[in-house]
Amino acid sequence: MKPVLAVEDLTVTIGTRRGPAHAVAGVDWAVQPGETLALVGESGSGKSMSVLAATGLAPRTARVTGRVHLLGTELTGLGQDRRRRLRGRHIGFVFQDPMTSLNPVLTVGRQVTEAAEEHLGLTRRAARSRAVELLEMVGIPSAGQRVDAYPHQFSGGMRQRVVIAMALACEPDLLIADEPTTALDVTTQAQIVELVADLQRRLGTAVVWITHDLGVVAGIADTVAVMYAGRILEQGPVDAVFGTPSHPYTEALLAARPDPAAGGAELVTIAGAPPSPLDLPAGCAFWPRCPVRGDARCEHELPPLVPVSAGHQVRTFYPQPTDGERR
Amino acid sequence: MARFVIRRLLQSAVVLLGVTLVVFLLLQLVPGDPVRVALGTRFDPQTYEALRARAGLDQPLVVQYFDYLRRALTGDLGVSFRSGRPVTAIVLERLPATLSLAVTAVVFAMAIAFPLGIVSAIRSGSLVDHAARVFSQFGVSVPDFWMGIMGILLFSGVLGWLPPSGYVALTEDPGRWASHVALPAATVGLVTASILTRFIRSSMLEVLSEDYVRTAEAKGLRTRVVVLRHVLRNALIPVVTVVAVQLASLLGGVIVIEVLFAWPGIGRLTYDAVAARDYPVLQGAVLLVAALFLLVNLLVDILYARLDPRITVK
Repeated sequence: MKPVLAVEDLTVTIGTRRGPAHAVAGVDWAVQPGETLALVGESGSGKSMSVLAATGLAPRTARVTGRVHLLGTELTGLGQDRRRRLRGRHIGFVFQDPMTSLNPVLTVGRQVTEAAEEHLGLTRRAARSRAVELLEMVGIPSAGQRVDAYPHQFSGGMRQRVVIAMALACEPDLLIADEPTTALDVTTQAQIVELVADLQRRLGTAVVWITHDLGVVAGIADTVAVMYAGRILEQGPVDAVFGTPSHPYTEALLAARPDPAAGGAELVTIAGAPPSPLDLPAGCAFWPRCPVRGDARCEHELPPLVPVSAGHQVRTFYPQPTDGERR
Repeated sequence: MARFVIRRLLQSAVVLLGVTLVVFLLLQLVPGDPVRVALGTRFDPQTYEALRARAGLDQPLVVQYFDYLRRALTGDLGVSFRSGRPVTAIVLERLPATLSLAVTAVVFAMAIAFPLGIVSAIRSGSLVDHAARVFSQFGVSVPDFWMGIMGILLFSGVLGWLPPSGYVALTEDPGRWASHVALPAATVGLVTASILTRFIRSSMLEVLSEDYVRTAEAKGLRTRVVVLRHVLRNALIPVVTVVAVQLASLLGGVIVIEVLFAWPGIGRLTYDAVAARDYPVLQGAVLLVAALFLLVNLLVDILYARLDPRITVK
């Protein structure tokens, strides 16, 4: 089956005053139809940037190389206008902060169906009833009246529902959710995760879920890619990666998850900080913080992504033993 | 909405009352005796006293003020010391000249500033952007009277396309009005355009970096739609204030330009009234300008509510 969206050897370099910043340093991933790919990693690991660059939304100062396929069509050579036509129509976006991602001076109804007017040629009247339909679908009460309300008249959780309705207006093949729950309170977070999972089942939409919440990943993702300093360190089916993590970083991330059962016990952390994208090391970027610490090869040579089991790959010279017992 | 307008009008009346008091008191501090000036060489003590009594100037200040106020409420702003004509008529007959100059200048300014400001924000760092910045630097730093003189030299002196000065009412002959208003309006408008261009550019740039603009781009909307529907409308909100302040200050009369182009507007009237110590006319002119300022501000507040749904007029 053709993946909905696939990137190969994607790099994003952003020109800054202090030289080029390597935000994404060669990344491959693919989302299959109807499936969920989770991109996880710390802030600045390149997870959002790889998706924005793939869809033509990278900042103007960014230089993007590599190949991107959307539904089997190569996007790399396409002009800005052709790419624009695919955005919104085949890919919907939900961004992090619903308080700022809606235009304050337009009604939510207008914003929800703008993409459908543009790509599907809906008339204003048809668009309005479509807007009501979409708002009902994402669970906005009395959608018939709320359609004419402005964003500031909605709560954060309700606004994120509006953004989701907006992303799904053209029934896209792919939904990109860029940390959609980070700005919400915990109860609302769960509702939004639940809503997206439910809509995905009903509409068969593929989802790229960008997050640093490993709990969410375990619950909803089919495959997961762990990113660090612009590269993927480990990827594969979520059960394999979480069940038998093979990279010391993945292992450390999973160990750092707060455990409510542990009560007041001190949180486990990973010492140190990721390298600066202005100055990526020649070898493994995680080496300075790595608990395994390897040898001089780790410091000077970039480890390749190697398979450890079906579909499960890891970028290290020292894959952790996969005994499956260690959780 | 109606209640909002009524309340604001009442507030405006209070402000106007304050204006009359301040102007009245200020004029008492100005040295020079208007009656002496009016009499000039025909001065003799009897006529002087008689004239002072007729103008009420021999009364105590408080009485003079309330007397003025009482008559002002009925539309009687007194009579000019110089011409003896009613001030209300003198001031109102100058209004069309100032109004047509101010509005033309602001329209001219907006016609330049909007395209220039928008393009230089969208293509920031481009040639157009640099050109726009040079233009607005020029416009704010070169004095308007100098630009006016250069305009007269070029367009009426060298080219002979436009009359160097003078005024024809719009109602009398639109064509000749246009040829007379062109130079003063362009001179004043160029300064306003410079200020506006900078403001529109920076307001646009600020909105361009907003998350909701990225959302609009993520929807795959055309650049034109993103700019006009999402960016411009939000960027306009602060720009409206600047346009209004500019318009209001032009309505107050651009004294130097009106004098330079022999334009019989409020600015020219104020200038002449000061020179002749014609206090009633000066008071009337200031009062009218204050009223126009308040009116423009009220219109801006109503426009705000229309542009930004987060603001409601109650």
